[in-house]
Amino acid sequence: MGLMVEAKQARPDGVTGVRPSPTLWKLDLSAALWWGLPALIVATLFGLWEAWVRLANVAEWLLPPPSAIFEELGSSRGLLWTHTLVTLQEVLIGFSLALGAGIILAVGIAFSRVVQRSLYPFVIASQTIPIIAIAPLLLIWVGYGTTPKVIVVALISFFPIVVNMVDGLKSVDADMVNMMRTFGASRWQVFTKLQVPSSLPYLFTGVKIGVAVSVIGAVIGEWVGASEGLGYLMTRSIPQFQTERVFAALFILSAMGISLFLLAAVIERLALPWHHTNKVRRVMGES
Amino acid sequence: MAVTDATSVKLRLQGLYKSFTVDGREVPVLDGVDLYAAEGEFVSVIGPSGCGKTTLLNCVAGLDEPNAGAIELKGSTTERRLGAVGYMPQKDLLLPWRSVLDNAIIGLELMGQPRAEARRRALSLMETFGLAGFEGQYPSALSGGMRQRAAFLRTLLADQEVVLLDEPFGALDALTRSQMQEWLLGLWGDLGKTIVLITHDVEEAVLLSDRVYVLTARPARVKLVVDVDLPRPRHYRMVTDEAFVHLKATLLASLREEGTWG
Ligand SMILES: Nc1ncnc2c1ncn2[C@@H]1O[C@H](COP(=O)(O)OP(=O)(O)OP(=O)(O)O)[C@@H](O)[C@H]1O
Ligand SMILES: [Mg+2]
Repeated sequence: MGLMVEAKQARPDGVTGVRPSPTLWKLDLSAALWWGLPALIVATLFGLWEAWVRLANVAEWLLPPPSAIFEELGSSRGLLWTHTLVTLQEVLIGFSLALGAGIILAVGIAFSRVVQRSLYPFVIASQTIPIIAIAPLLLIWVGYGTTPKVIVVALISFFPIVVNMVDGLKSVDADMVNMMRTFGASRWQVFTKLQVPSSLPYLFTGVKIGVAVSVIGAVIGEWVGASEGLGYLMTRSIPQFQTERVFAALFILSAMGISLFLLAAVIERLALPWHHTNKVRRVMGES
Repeated sequence: MAVTDATSVKLRLQGLYKSFTVDGREVPVLDGVDLYAAEGEFVSVIGPSGCGKTTLLNCVAGLDEPNAGAIELKGSTTERRLGAVGYMPQKDLLLPWRSVLDNAIIGLELMGQPRAEARRRALSLMETFGLAGFEGQYPSALSGGMRQRAAFLRTLLADQEVVLLDEPFGALDALTRSQMQEWLLGLWGDLGKTIVLITHDVEEAVLLSDRVYVLTARPARVKLVVDVDLPRPRHYRMVTDEAFVHLKATLLASLREEGTWG
């Protein structure tokens, strides 16, 4: 039976050029591995952690076992959820600002030498200043509340967006530009129909890096002074030796970072299906 | 060189000179190239690798400006040649994010035609270009020959009277190349275009052309002009005819004198 199915599927599908399914099956298997592998590693690490804490009798306030952390995630879910929403809001607003400002800045830098000479040094300089040193100043300048956190998030996440987008806009194939010019393309047409689409994969790389670090930005912002948010919850829980709550917040933060990253990856795949097919074909060509 | 009625000459190059400055040194690439193509003629240019063939077409298309000499296009020496000549570059340069259909219409789109109408025109030609069924595919799903035909369709849809082809079959395997040559032979009769084809394949030049120009090694000058008076319609069978073989030998000998590796 299996053989028959395989023989049928392997029949060349001349017209559409679709690959026979053994390759697809192989891809499915690797996809299962792809998702199963990290889960397996995390489960193993948690197991080792749990075992070590129990066997070595480590005090719970020093290093709580995963079981205690999951228990805390369950029992304090209302509290954790409230603070999660606050942090998530800061992340989303800050990141959106970074995305908008980053794209505008990148287009300016890629198209005007004057803008590049005058602004790019500041873009780079902004990353050499430790954000943790600026965060308290922001408190003095704009006060408590959401604003300083949003600014820290934006500051930390706009850099990868700008740098990648600038590279993308500049690395456009000169031969393709010439091809379009032979059809009488204007500079604006070259920009919209060639440079923008060819820079999108770069932009998404910037977005994926930016969205992951934006969570760090929100925590730093809350760390130096806040009355709500997961970062605030951690600073409050540490002196009270509620270590399992600190870890619960950490788990949520990393889950938030991973989810936002995956969301960006999914949007990328939907928005740039051609990019994905190219990648798949490259992989299949290698195997 | 045959004297041709001035009004029917679609393209005439006179004393075309072009040099590039490399490390502060002037390197001549084109050193006085003369060439013409009358209405509906198929003209080929062969020359050793790196002699300046692409540079020649870039000048005609308006991507480069010659340092000296005249380019007369459709009877006038216009400066504005960008958008006035069909040009199929050496690489297919299909945009990876556009479907085959949308790649084909990019020229029309850039020239301001509404997308829907451009698509309709392109769709009616998919069959002729052996792309039927692949309209919605991305270029990465196409074979080399299909990519080349898609690029050719993109060039032809822009509907220019003068079309420049830069080694359109150079990157293809021998079998696909001969199939493409036959296909182009069949197509060209109906097109009524003036075509300048760059190639390093002597057989291809003889098979397709009314006239073949041989260029010297860099800097390029016209070394030999050969009129191909084989009857039309041509067919691939002719490559073994005596007249064909003789023409091929003449061109090959001339080309081999330039024997450099470019
Ligand atoms: N923009 C440029 N700047 C400097 N040198 C150039 C430039 N464009 C071309 N050249 C040089 O001019 C010469 C001719 O180049 P061209 O591409 O026209 O040759 P070709 O005959 O088309 O070669 P091939 O057979 O490989 O396609 C080469 O030596 C090349 O290095
Ligand atoms: Mg060339």
